[in-house]
Amino acid sequence: MHVEVRGLNKHFGDFHAVKDVNFSITKGHLIGLLGPSGGGKTSILRMLAGLETPDAGEIIFHGRAVNNLPPQERGIGFVFQNYALFKHMTVFENIAFGLKVKKASKTAIRDRVMELVELTGLKGFEKRYPHQLSGGQRQRVAFARALAPEPQLLLLDEPFAAIDAKIRQELRSWLKELIERVGITSIFVTHDQDEAIEVADEIMIINQGRLEQKGTPWDIYKEPKTPFVATFIGESTLIENAAELKGFTGIGGGKPTKALIRPEYIEIGSLHEFKMASATEQGIVKHLHFRGSEWLVEVEVKGHKLVTYRSLEKDTLQPGQDISVLVHRAYLFNDDHSWIQENGLKEDPMPVFI
Amino acid sequence: MNSLLRHKGWTWGFRTTILLYFVVLIVLPILGVYYNSFSLGFGTFAESLSDPIAWKSVFLTLKLAIIATLFNVAAGTMIAWVLIRYKFPGKALLNSLVDLPFALPTAVGGLMILLLLGPGSLIGGMAEALGFEIVFHQPAIVIAMIFVTFPFVIRAVQPLLEELDPSEEEAAYTMGAKGSRVFWRVIFPSMAPGMIGGGMLAFSRALAEFGAVVLVAGNIPGRTLVSSVFIFGEVESDNPVGAAAVSIILLTLSFLILWLINMLQMRGRRS
Amino acid sequence: MRNLWIGLTYLIFFLLIAAPLGKMTMSAFSQGFGGFWDALARPEALHALMMTGFVVIVVTVFNTLFGIMLALYLVRANWIHPRLKGLLNSIVDLPYAVSPVIGGLMIVLLLGPDSALGALFENMGIKIVYAFPGMAIATLFVTFPLMVREVMPVLQEIGSQQEEAASTLGAYGWTTFWKVTWPSIRWAVIYGVILTVARSLGEFGAVLVVSGNIMNKTQTATTLVYQDVENFNVTAAGGVALVLAAFSVGLLLLMEWTKRRKEVH
Repeated sequence: MHVEVRGLNKHFGDFHAVKDVNFSITKGHLIGLLGPSGGGKTSILRMLAGLETPDAGEIIFHGRAVNNLPPQERGIGFVFQNYALFKHMTVFENIAFGLKVKKASKTAIRDRVMELVELTGLKGFEKRYPHQLSGGQRQRVAFARALAPEPQLLLLDEPFAAIDAKIRQELRSWLKELIERVGITSIFVTHDQDEAIEVADEIMIINQGRLEQKGTPWDIYKEPKTPFVATFIGESTLIENAAELKGFTGIGGGKPTKALIRPEYIEIGSLHEFKMASATEQGIVKHLHFRGSEWLVEVEVKGHKLVTYRSLEKDTLQPGQDISVLVHRAYLFNDDHSWIQENGLKEDPMPVFI
Repeated sequence: MNSLLRHKGWTWGFRTTILLYFVVLIVLPILGVYYNSFSLGFGTFAESLSDPIAWKSVFLTLKLAIIATLFNVAAGTMIAWVLIRYKFPGKALLNSLVDLPFALPTAVGGLMILLLLGPGSLIGGMAEALGFEIVFHQPAIVIAMIFVTFPFVIRAVQPLLEELDPSEEEAAYTMGAKGSRVFWRVIFPSMAPGMIGGGMLAFSRALAEFGAVVLVAGNIPGRTLVSSVFIFGEVESDNPVGAAAVSIILLTLSFLILWLINMLQMRGRRS
Repeated sequence: MRNLWIGLTYLIFFLLIAAPLGKMTMSAFSQGFGGFWDALARPEALHALMMTGFVVIVVTVFNTLFGIMLALYLVRANWIHPRLKGLLNSIVDLPYAVSPVIGGLMIVLLLGPDSALGALFENMGIKIVYAFPGMAIATLFVTFPLMVREVMPVLQEIGSQQEEAASTLGAYGWTTFWKVTWPSIRWAVIYGVILTVARSLGEFGAVLVVSGNIMNKTQTATTLVYQDVENFNVTAAGGVALVLAAFSVGLLLLMEWTKRRKEVH
């Protein structure tokens, strides 16, 4: 289902939860709504489902405004954060509920439920009650229940939040695969960036009720549009006055400009390892942390603490050691705008390694 | 049925009916009493209250209710303690019996006390021989009040004792505190909210009690005539305004207590 | 120390509950089973028990239906402003604070023959005070909070998510209520019904004031007990009271049983 949202606004009392949100979603895509808790993601999802009424704005499914349609008639499936399984119904009855409401025939219900039970790997559990299932199994039931009436749009509110970290990983790939197989347009809410990056085709970053950026995980990582997105996605260090760094002097037309620098934007090593020695800064190695597959190195440059990675194959550094530091690029921003800038002193662009 | 109920008009009518029922049944009668007692002006209201029979009945009710409440706070706390902390034969039975005064009609409760302590009974006869008078005098009213408010304190203290973490108590013992000290410093403070809350409920119920009291009290004005019986008498003798004047004193008092209990509960929830 | 406390507890229970109950039973049978039977077989006793039965049935039906609905509204409704909801919520408890006699007086003042509303109904040929409708209204007033206060906490505890899930699956209010909400609140409702039955069975003060206690017309079992005592007919009073007490004990046992079921579900 093609989904379009225009000028969506929602207040809870004095709290402006959703501020003028616009977006459209292509049919069949899996979208992640990502942002800090309390940022308005769940409100947007609930408005799409019809569980909350927007104060202003339009929600359009398939070119038809659905603002006045109750949840019952929107053709959506909703997976709640705590699954909200009907606790006095068995797994079978839970999945069959939506079909029974639609007055489907007994055999049709049976076939569809058994198909979903197979699909979600719940075979043999049909007669169990929700309290007899593990967290992961409940999640699968919630998912099967939402899919049973063949909705056009699947909405998932923090679908993995209540599951152990270990099983979560497994369920994520299971869910992604399943949604691709069913081919249903899906939107899920999460506050976990790894989850969003791993599962979603496209991510929408929501902060303080605003849609900060929408794009593929790679686009958002590569080209964050706002300082919030830059800090929220990936690791980075904030430099208060970016003009102090070599290769970035005179940026922002003299205006105070801050910089966000990701670990992979920085290269460290002995001076002779760099082609353009003039672009490097002198720094001191402060701390070394072993990260299993690489070193996380903290270096101090002109009083700023920068963080970068270093391959285990290279010479092992020592804390206190002098070292050359090259900042390949930085995400810069001031009060007016934000942009990504390459190091001005660097001749040939270095390959980015992540 | 379903499609019928989905219609907007139905929903609206349904909601209005429920809320109207609520307002008409509860709010209107209460406002009515306040309205009526002032309907003939403040003078008549003051006059109704200046009748010594009226104000004496109010003070008598307050006095006896306080005695009954104090007894119930003490006995109720002890019984709650015994029923939670000790294992002994018949415990489950006693625990179920606690609620009996709630389940029994108050008039039946009154009759039971009358029969047990009345002039013809063993205890009544003994008391009379010793020069005590129970039934138709103030002690009987207090006993009736104790009977009907018996469960309140017990049921308020029990859950608090159940929740009390034994490790808190054990920690106090390991720090060398003696039994009585542990009781007053650890156990008593956690029971106190239940004692106060349950006590206030019991007090408000004792103020309002009618059925049990009317049967055992002598109803002699100034000595054994409590407010609720006074109100009943006024209604019987066709003086509803006089009844309403005393009523609003009792009502206002009860509402205050109810409000206090709510405040206490809210504070308890916050801390 | 421990044994002293247990002994004291037993003593209080004996003095306050067992002894009076036993004494009343003995007194009811003081003239043998025949005396007990005669007390019950009096026409006014049968009529009074019947009136009590009618009041119990009418009040329980009304209180259950309206109590469940109001509890649903007070917990779930988003069309009531939160502040108004808070106010309504505290009003629910008011009947607890009102002495039954005053509750009865309220009905008399509002609907009695001297009041405007009462006169209006009288002209229409409907008698409210000193008749069955007034007794039912007075008992409804007194029992009002019982059902609401049983159902509300359960609704709050189960939350609205299961109901929302049902609505996204296409179920409307009626289906959602019966299939999803009802199974969760069932035991609380049954408990509320038992409480309502017990309270309306035993209601005395409010009914006495409103009914006028007219023998063979508006007299209920509790007001008959009162009248028998006033007439120094203690054995007869004991007989009727014993029947009421037996019902109460039965309801109490039922309450214990439901409480256990409620905890399981």
